[in-house]
Amino acid sequence: MVPTKEEFFSALEFRHGRKNQRKFADATVAICGLGGLGSNIAICLARAGIGKLILIDFDVVDVSNLHRQQYMASQVGMYKTEALKENLLEINPYITIESCTVRMTEDNTVKLVSEADVVCEAFDKAECKAMVVNAVLTDFKDKIIVSGSGMAGFSSANAIVTKKLSNRFYMCGDGVSDVNDGIGLIASRVMVCAAHEAHIVLRLLMGEQTP
Amino acid sequence: MVFVNGKEQTANGKTVEDIINEMNIDKRTIAVELNEEIVSKVDYDSTTLKDGDVLEVVSFVGGG
Repeated sequence: MVPTKEEFFSALEFRHGRKNQRKFADATVAICGLGGLGSNIAICLARAGIGKLILIDFDVVDVSNLHRQQYMASQVGMYKTEALKENLLEINPYITIESCTVRMTEDNTVKLVSEADVVCEAFDKAECKAMVVNAVLTDFKDKIIVSGSGMAGFSSANAIVTKKLSNRFYMCGDGVSDVNDGIGLIASRVMVCAAHEAHIVLRLLMGEQTP
Repeated sequence: MVFVNGKEQTANGKTVEDIINEMNIDKRTIAVELNEEIVSKVDYDSTTLKDGDVLEVVSFVGGG
């Protein structure tokens, strides 16, 4: 039986504290890219009771995604925005989801993320990561960007950290493990990086600035 | 002296563009912060470093 909204948020307040939960419920977070990083970040934030998520991805679920991304085999072929929305609402029926099935570019980034308090960069390609980080830092004066770089391969999960590069720019990952070096992407290590991104988002919303 | 990615070096008079070219990295995959403020890509060649500046050139790698 699905819990009522009151039951759901009362359980979250019990875990997180009423003050923090109110901040989470009032927050809007944009997630740019819904692959291994983005789908896992979204699930962490939906479970934490974030009020609204803006999900941005142009792609569809592929069988090659299922080893690390939070989709079901039955969802292969669906737009990731729609598939993830379905899965997130199963977890948290009271979250607001805005699905944007578009390719993010320099031209539409500002419009897509303008409503967000924090933006999570969760793309696969290095140039896409750089594009969204540059756009958010250049075009906004107060928006925070959390990015993920360096989580490929089987190296130690302990190498993945969160760094504060400036007041509005946080970076998660080991900074060096490049998927283009042929080392693959493994669910566990990608999830560690995604959890770092989601965790610093929660800390920032609580008012904590240290990584 | 200036600090580039945490390392002290002589770079007075050089531009951000000069430093990036010396690093031999792909300009499409970087973000640059000077004294904790983003440097827009269009300003790389017009931004000159001065004594005490702290420059961070963040180079992204693929995977997500």
